Amino acid sequence: MKISENKFSRILRPSLFALLLLPAIYYAWGVWQDSLGANPLEAVIRGLGDWGLRVLLLTLAISPLRRLFNWPQLLRLRRMVGLYAYFYVVLHLFGYLWFDHFFDWEEIWFDILERPFITVGMVAVILLTPLAVTSTNGMIKRLGKKWKKLHMLIYPISMLGVLHFWWMVKLDITEPVIYAVILAILLGERLFNKFSK
Amino acid sequence: IEASAKTVSPYSTDEKLTDYKDITTYCNFYEFGTGKEDPAKNAHTLVTSPWDVIVEGECEKPGKYNLEDLLKPVSVEERIYRFRCVEGWSMVIPWMGFPLADLIKRMQPTSKAKYVYFETLHDPKQMPGQRRAVLDWPYVEGLRMDEAMNPLTLMGTGIYGKDLLNQNGAPLRLVVPWKYGFKSIKSIAKIRFSETQPVNSWQKANENEYGFFSNVNPDVSHPRWSQRRERRIGEFRKIKTQLFNGYGEQVASLYAGMDLKKNF
Repeated sequence: MKISENKFSRILRPSLFALLLLPAIYYAWGVWQDSLGANPLEAVIRGLGDWGLRVLLLTLAISPLRRLFNWPQLLRLRRMVGLYAYFYVVLHLFGYLWFDHFFDWEEIWFDILERPFITVGMVAVILLTPLAVTSTNGMIKRLGKKWKKLHMLIYPISMLGVLHFWWMVKLDITEPVIYAVILAILLGERLFNKFSK
Repeated sequence: IEASAKTVSPYSTDEKLTDYKDITTYCNFYEFGTGKEDPAKNAHTLVTSPWDVIVEGECEKPGKYNLEDLLKPVSVEERIYRFRCVEGWSMVIPWMGFPLADLIKRMQPTSKAKYVYFETLHDPKQMPGQRRAVLDWPYVEGLRMDEAMNPLTLMGTGIYGKDLLNQNGAPLRLVVPWKYGFKSIKSIAKIRFSETQPVNSWQKANENEYGFFSNVNPDVSHPRWSQRRERRIGEFRKIKTQLFNGYGEQVASLYAGMDLKKNF
């Protein structure tokens, strides 16, 4: 599969960019209009976390989709999608630091030590940061083969992300299980692809 | 009933009331779904009239009581209480209700009655959330007899002067303001006096996280939530959580000599 270069860069890429911005607009609008229910700050933190995880999984879906549709162009969307994932994860973290703890660093430190779901979430966002930083063309060139190795960190990061959600949930684990299954499929496809060659 | 509602109870707080809309749309009532907005959407299937409450166990007056008969001799009054959820949010709710002690005295518990056990209605047709085994249905709760007899402990029948809505536990629920919200069991269908300590639903689900007492305590940390602070629904900044949710004067003596960290 292939679409014209014109359609790709003038329609597909900007459309995806706009689409991925919608959740951020939704929550900004919701806060502005006070339409996010009785506990809007929690809704914002949770919502941004949900989207961080969803877009992270979308990033991981690009290679399998490229293989499925035999559509090499898709790979050129991956950086944008990956940076969007980081965008939502950082906003999620910022929401937590501000609305949950009002930047009380001692409380935050206790939280990281005492609550496993916070611990793995923090590790995930810390690991994700060098990937975002090295996403420029210059860094890709400079790191060469090491770049690919570094970016394989996305696999443990995505597992930590799902685990973070799983451990956060009080009782009803339906949602995190759905994410875990999707992640298992996306990572399983890679293993299958590697060993069937 | 109206006359007594107008007198201000000495147990009431004068803090700013949480909006009626927030109280009735932000609920934990897993019998109608695990999302906060689910109960308000789904609880219309619950039929609260007629309603029977079965009273059994160690008492002189066991039996099946029609709710109207149960409420006839009581005078309903307003109590404005703080309500603190284990998840780190809180509200100020103007409850309508009567002291649980009134009801207990009428049932004449025997000397063997050390605990009071409560059970929510179990009917997946009326409570669709019970079709999924997220908790071990029916929802059960319990209090030690002295906790149940404390004048703060209320049988709730209304909020803001109106009858309870289904999502808030109509037609009859418990209100124990110094304990985390899940102790205040909703839509009560059975009360039992027992000699042994009941195992409440959340304790059954995860005994490391939820205990029998579940008194509000900022110094007992939870693996999911810090309990040092809480967010009042409707407010931006968080406030400090108080031991026994600020009701220490009335209830601290119930736990004299107990290690509250072990008996959480």
